[in-house]
Amino acid sequence: MRPPIILESTTTFSSSSSSSSSSSYSSCDRRLNTLARHLIDVNDQNQMASQNISPSPTASSNSVFAHLTRAPEDPILGVTVAYNKDPSPIKLNLGVGAYRTEEGKPLVLDVVRRVEQQLLNDVSRNKEYIPIVGLADFNKLSAKLIFGADSPAIQENRVTTVQGLSGTGSLRVGGEFLAKHYHQRIIYLPQPTWGNHPKIFTLAGLTVKTYRYYAPATRGLDFEGLLEDLGSAPSGSVVLLHACAHNPTGVDPTLEQWEQIRQLIRSKSLLPFFDSAYQGFASGSLDADAQPIRLFVADGGELLAAQSYAKNMGLYGERVGALSIVSKSADVASLVESQLKLVIRPMYSSPPIHGASIVAAILKDRDLFNDWTIELKAMADRIISMRQQLFDALRARGTPGDWSHIIKQIGMFTFTGLNSEQVSFMTKEYHIYLTSDGRISMAGLSTKTVSHLADAIHAAVTRVA
Amino acid sequence: MGSSSVFSVASASLSLHDTNIKKKLNFGTNAFRFNKDGTNTFSNFKSSRRISMAVAVNVSRFEGIPMAPPDPILGVSEAFKADTNAVKLNLGVGAYRTEELQPYVLNVVKKAENLMLERGENKEYLPIEGLAAFNKATAELLLGADNPAIKQQRVATVQGLSGTGSLRLGAALIQRYFPGAKVLISNPTWGNHKNIFNDAGVPWSEYRYYDPKTVGLDFEGMIEDIKSAPEGTFVLLHGCAHNPTGIDPTPQQWEKIADLIQQKNHIPFFDVAYQGFASGSLDEDAASVRLFVARGMEVLVAQSYSKNLGLYAERVGAINVISSSPESATRVKSQLKRLARPMYSNPPVHGARIVANIVGDPVLFGEWKAEMEMMAGRIKTVRQELYDSISSKDKSGKDWSFILKQIGMFSFTGLNKNQSDNMTNKWHIYMTKDGRISLAGLSLAKCEYLADAIIDSYHNVS
Repeated sequence: MRPPIILESTTTFSSSSSSSSSSSYSSCDRRLNTLARHLIDVNDQNQMASQNISPSPTASSNSVFAHLTRAPEDPILGVTVAYNKDPSPIKLNLGVGAYRTEEGKPLVLDVVRRVEQQLLNDVSRNKEYIPIVGLADFNKLSAKLIFGADSPAIQENRVTTVQGLSGTGSLRVGGEFLAKHYHQRIIYLPQPTWGNHPKIFTLAGLTVKTYRYYAPATRGLDFEGLLEDLGSAPSGSVVLLHACAHNPTGVDPTLEQWEQIRQLIRSKSLLPFFDSAYQGFASGSLDADAQPIRLFVADGGELLAAQSYAKNMGLYGERVGALSIVSKSADVASLVESQLKLVIRPMYSSPPIHGASIVAAILKDRDLFNDWTIELKAMADRIISMRQQLFDALRARGTPGDWSHIIKQIGMFTFTGLNSEQVSFMTKEYHIYLTSDGRISMAGLSTKTVSHLADAIHAAVTRVA
Repeated sequence: MGSSSVFSVASASLSLHDTNIKKKLNFGTNAFRFNKDGTNTFSNFKSSRRISMAVAVNVSRFEGIPMAPPDPILGVSEAFKADTNAVKLNLGVGAYRTEELQPYVLNVVKKAENLMLERGENKEYLPIEGLAAFNKATAELLLGADNPAIKQQRVATVQGLSGTGSLRLGAALIQRYFPGAKVLISNPTWGNHKNIFNDAGVPWSEYRYYDPKTVGLDFEGMIEDIKSAPEGTFVLLHGCAHNPTGIDPTPQQWEKIADLIQQKNHIPFFDVAYQGFASGSLDEDAASVRLFVARGMEVLVAQSYSKNLGLYAERVGAINVISSSPESATRVKSQLKRLARPMYSNPPVHGARIVANIVGDPVLFGEWKAEMEMMAGRIKTVRQELYDSISSKDKSGKDWSFILKQIGMFSFTGLNKNQSDNMTNKWHIYMTKDGRISLAGLSLAKCEYLADAIIDSYHNVS
């Protein structure tokens, strides 16, 4: 059995069970990763050569799986596992990328519960396979939600939308489609990005590169670096853009910056691929959070967009999302749909009905939709309030440093800027659980626990380098 | 790819004034094809014409994509829906229908869903490997709760997206950890198997299975082909109710297949989509898998709850890997998770909870078994009725008894493509082109009509 290697380390293969992934995928890790992968291939070949003459697998000392190593536990789950083990009454879990109430409990939206009851009471419903591309009304309504009901792209039938397995599944299907049909198989990911992005696109068959995004010095956007890197990308390259509430940094471009990004992307014929996991959840407004995407659609160009309803409808475990591809013409849009089906069918045949039914019911009914927007805004507001409270608490303590990024960053996460030693310290001394890159989930904070966190940060900053 | 090299020469600016040329222009992979007269699109431009890079975006990057053909199985239902004829019959996709030809949601499923809603469970992400209670229940259902493999913790179970998704995870595991290994697939097999292994990047070849002369199993051919495959080949086996033929090996034949697979150090990969649905008995339908596991063999098994619990659209299934030690099972499970994560992160919770609730409650479990026997029973009844109808109407002396010998949802009629087309075009009976009909979509009332159609297609079309 091979010894564990770099490839398996937590920093490179930091996977997550949710969009709230942990460490960033640094270029150093990437280089090591590539090197390690080369080494594995060689080792595997040697291993396989010796496997061919192995005795019957039924001998208990031997297994055809002997050469498989144990993959490390997911870093996020590792955080939660450690949190669960901790007996301290003051422990706090800020790793989780799922919304928590002020009481620290998971939340199922009231409007979702009501719709589920409706669905159960509806005797005309059954569990027959839905189409490969998913529920038709779900798809139409999802496209309207992200692009706007009056979007010319929709009206001109240039939008292909397929139901996907939340954000991850939609990104994967999009990636596989591009690897099969698009001439430029390079995708640029922001540095850092959600830990699962590089893996999704690599397994889809694309080559992953990065563009500069986060500036540690300012804890803000490295806009110059971004423009430079996208500016020097080979023409036609795919560019992954977080539509809003960048994960893990919480740093978003301004609308003016988005406009510059759009111009650059269009002038270089780069292909934008938006990941929209927080529409409505970031600012509280569905339309505001969709502005960057709509900016791109408005210029008539092509793009891909993956949507997730995990956070904004609290449908995490139901795995509901959508992939939309905006093409130049209706004819192309239907070509695209037919080929997307060929990607989906050998992956899971057709998507699950339950979550999509809930979403469709909410989006199509005016009252339910309004009720949803109210609950959505409440979640977003609570998070914004937590940001303010944490910022105020640190200011009150005179914690050294500029903490304004806490209120400038947007969405579920804050990239605190704390280093891994400081993070370990906070976990050990204050029983606060977060990912080693210093990312905290504001969704896991409450008014009662803010001061505890502020104390911990203060201590970490003043006592640990 | 020539197209990208042109665009990297961004300084060249050309602008389009001729809309006809705009249409011909294709900035996808076809950009540099040559026309029949030997010219290339770009060679038609006079130097005075300029194409601006902004306008280049007027042509889609995806224009060169071919239109994909409709799915051969799911496309049948679409065609059926479009047919306005009153006598139409859908024997295409394998979804159970009542005698009234209506979809069927099991009563026990409705009960479970009501319970779940009453309990008000949350919708948090499942672990990557799925719902623990479901994984436990599904392995026990497959192997028997007291199976030594389970007791010894040698079974790695990961919840998957029904049969397809579970097969895909297994295929991805093979591709990553058994590079160069092939999968041997029965000829014929479920239409999606090859696509799954193709997309997973696993090469496959076929073993003989169906004998058109007997409309039965070509056992000799099957054995020969498994024998001649290189050592360490994965052999895809249908646990019961072979799709599309309905022809299963006998228990004695299963023993011989297991002997051979052991000899050749092959790895069996079972697709179990009909446990309980074929014979009506969960245990009986799992006999083939249990036979292999009892010999201490390492086995992959994909399960689906689409048919036996009627959970088609919920996409519930599992990939099980039975290996030789608990330590190995742990490693395998961790690697399956690593494959699932970049595909969909974690599986959907709803269907898994339904299964866990039903299997976990003795009363509900008993009710499930009863409903399953009812469904399997109805299919056996229409088989008999169809056979009686055909054999009384067909005076040619052809032996139609294969209809009774086959098992499960499907019957391989032995009709070829032209004959199947005749079934559709003349009789408005929708089936797949390989001659497969889904008995689950047949009612007693329609048996006579189907019998007439089959007899006509068989004898009058070549």
